[in-house]
Amino acid sequence: MTKHQTIHGAPNLSRRSFVVGTAATGLVLGYTAFPELAKSLAAAPANFEPTAWYAIGNDGKVVVTVGKAEMGQHISSTMAQLIAEELEASWKDMSIVLASNDPKYNDPVIGVQLTGGSYSTEMNFETMCRAGAAGRLTLIKAASEMLGVPESELRASESRVHHAKSKRSLSYAEIVKSGKANKVWTPDELKAITLKTPDQRTKIGQSLPQLDIPPKTNGTCRYGIDAFVPGMLYGKLALPPVRAGATVKSVDDSAAKKVPGFVKAVVVDDKTGTTSGWVVAVASSYEGAKKAAEALKIDWDKGPYAKVSNQSIIDESRRLQKEGTEGLLYVKDGDSAAAMEKAAKVIEAEYLTTINIHAPMEPMNTLAFEQNGTWHIHTGNQFNTRTTAIAAAIAGVDAKNVLIHQYFIGGGFGRRLESDMVIPAVAAAKAVGKPVKLIYAREDDMQMDFTRPLTYQKVKVGLDADGKTIAMEHDVIGAWPTVHWGIPAFLVPSVDKKGKIDPYAASGANYWYSIPNHTVRNFMNKLAENATPSGQLRSVAPAWTFWAVESTMDEIAHASGQDPVEMRLKLLDGAGGNAGGDAPWNVGGAKRLANALRAAVGRSGYGAIKLGANEGMGVACVSSQERTFPTWTACVAQVKVDPRSGEVTVKKLTVAMDLGTVVNPDGVRAQIEGSTFWGYSLAMLESATMENGGIQQRNFDSYTPMRMSQMPELDISIIANGEPAVGCGEPAVTVIAPAIANAVFNAVGARVRSLPITAEAVKAAMKA
Amino acid sequence: MITLNINGHDHSVDVPNDTPLLWVIREHLQMTGTKFGCGAGLCGACTVHLNGEAVRSCQTSASQAAGKKITTIEGLDPNGQHPLQRAWIAEQVPQCGYCQSGQIMQAASLLAKNPDPTKAEIVAHMDGNLCRCMTYARIQRAILRAAAEVRGV
Repeated sequence: MTKHQTIHGAPNLSRRSFVVGTAATGLVLGYTAFPELAKSLAAAPANFEPTAWYAIGNDGKVVVTVGKAEMGQHISSTMAQLIAEELEASWKDMSIVLASNDPKYNDPVIGVQLTGGSYSTEMNFETMCRAGAAGRLTLIKAASEMLGVPESELRASESRVHHAKSKRSLSYAEIVKSGKANKVWTPDELKAITLKTPDQRTKIGQSLPQLDIPPKTNGTCRYGIDAFVPGMLYGKLALPPVRAGATVKSVDDSAAKKVPGFVKAVVVDDKTGTTSGWVVAVASSYEGAKKAAEALKIDWDKGPYAKVSNQSIIDESRRLQKEGTEGLLYVKDGDSAAAMEKAAKVIEAEYLTTINIHAPMEPMNTLAFEQNGTWHIHTGNQFNTRTTAIAAAIAGVDAKNVLIHQYFIGGGFGRRLESDMVIPAVAAAKAVGKPVKLIYAREDDMQMDFTRPLTYQKVKVGLDADGKTIAMEHDVIGAWPTVHWGIPAFLVPSVDKKGKIDPYAASGANYWYSIPNHTVRNFMNKLAENATPSGQLRSVAPAWTFWAVESTMDEIAHASGQDPVEMRLKLLDGAGGNAGGDAPWNVGGAKRLANALRAAVGRSGYGAIKLGANEGMGVACVSSQERTFPTWTACVAQVKVDPRSGEVTVKKLTVAMDLGTVVNPDGVRAQIEGSTFWGYSLAMLESATMENGGIQQRNFDSYTPMRMSQMPELDISIIANGEPAVGCGEPAVTVIAPAIANAVFNAVGARVRSLPITAEAVKAAMKA
Repeated sequence: MITLNINGHDHSVDVPNDTPLLWVIREHLQMTGTKFGCGAGLCGACTVHLNGEAVRSCQTSASQAAGKKITTIEGLDPNGQHPLQRAWIAEQVPQCGYCQSGQIMQAASLLAKNPDPTKAEIVAHMDGNLCRCMTYARIQRAILRAAAEVRGV
């Protein structure tokens, strides 16, 4: 059995250990890597226990069970930091383990185990603080008994309870050892706790060293791909040439049988419909499985999407938009059609984004096996709840018989919100009756990604005689990232209740500008949906909607002779519905976005510094991720364009982000660095294409994320104004592309409306 | 049988000669600090040292590595305290961390030859190592920090 990993060394969790507010099952469930505990998991209650989040050992070590996927956003450390703040635990005593799929570790707000949307900090902030405070109060009460002094005279700090009057103190270890700290907290009691005010905090706001980093410098951090179990076999995919819709007609394994160690070719019977036409070559080694997969002669029916291409998807989107009947109303404010009639000037433009691939450095993988009626799934994933259901469906068992062993994730970015990797592993393990570790080759991983969809947007703007915007119509068309999950709760009714919309396909189009007569329609391109199943790629819809919106804002400014910054600030007046106020998460509304824009503009020297020939600055500002959970973000891009080739050099990106409350400033900075470079990479360097139903880019020679030599200069400003904490992992992705495109226009007058921004496109736009 | 000397220890493995060193290290010997990223020498996640030179273990066969001194992340320093490893923590470099073994091994081969690299030399040496979390700025800073420590400044 694989070793379960604890970071900062395993604490001594004896029966004397106490778990705040929960029964003993909470204590063992952090350690479900041990098979003998599988039974207790299956028997565990499925109700939500909001204080199952940590235990303190009799050595004083605090083990935080992290219900969020740790994919490098250091969320595990953030959870520990929130708990330590109120628990008054010393940072050196904190450690983390990753939660299993037990529903007790469901997100307190989302209600399932899902990590995405940059939601984790904002949605877990209060729960973790309350859990920490409950521990402190329990320890103080026990210490008061032990020292024979009233609780009111005791104060906790750095893992000790102090009695100032008698100059005595007890360590948390001593208190836990006594067995007197054993209170079970009810949700009502937790709610009644008074939390610290910001000025009383000592850990929130500090750049404490991230707990997951040391094992990531010496090879000891374990990812799903590092799982082992005695007697396991290996699986390698043999895939059809098309992304979706294929069926296996026949498999000839006569050549594969000559590969030493070959066991079996398994045709994946996927009743979930997630995969189509997949075959797994099983062998005793990975290199054997790979050779066997290559030796298989498989005859596929390539299915109905074998002729689909980028162009046919764009053609279908244009047809849908022109026809108009399938558009579902996402925003309807005023009467845009009537206002458009009265417009003195109308601007119309198409905006495109191409297919993009997640390509996390750790390819998809799963080790799966059945033991004593329980299916053990070893993998790193962002959506335990759905992964459990999918594994159960393939194994043909009840979900309670599936135990997910969660691992550190070698890159998520939304890719591991999908659960496809468990399907071939479970199918193969079931077929051969032995554990199978299945590893996607990079080519498999890229070909079968749930990509960022190719999107087509049509924007129409009406200006009055004074250049004031009096109407905007915005159609957003593409595959929908969330609908294939089959979870109705993720869809929202259209404004007129005529249908259900995938908000993760249109979010961001409901911006914070005070522009009257605004209509947004969301269309699903079913051809794309079927041929190129799309998923959640870091920042999802706001990365394409803001591409269109923020480019359009610049087009409006130039068409009406206004400064793009001044115009935005004027429209971000916080009037009416743009005042915000859906407390606690979008307080302040448009005015906070205006503030972030001013910050970025000020830092960048926009309008103040002298630019060279063919240089320009461009701005953009966004409220990613969702209107209900915005993180106010602005960017100024400074570019230089070679007018002969159209080549764009991004000299500097200045980003300002208003996060309200910052838990770990350096961690936030790291996330903004990463997401800004993602935005740059998507804007300038990454492009995938579909031809004949297949993704053409299969490795890092043709799909080319940013490398060190391509890194632009970056200036980050973090605004922490005391409002509630919001997310920081994704929003910057969405602001970069429009800022760069707007800068290119200011540099050489070329308006690029398609991503990525290529030299050819700039050159062509210069001529236009 | 092929005998491989990894981190100072001999390991005998029964694999075909053309088996990539990567899979021998990772799966046969279960030394999982060395990572699989692309299988094509394009990302650098599998970087190890062969007689002190950084190589892509996915592009090196087991037989090519036989008789040579192989060093993986686990053997870079007996206590995980190579100046680069300390600098990686000081600069809080890793995010997901998956590529970082390869980054550190690639950087270590630079510092072994050139303890005072310029930023341009660092970029040239490190450009084959992808980091999808895009921690490049911190990698640069950590290499400069470690180099300063190696030089004793």
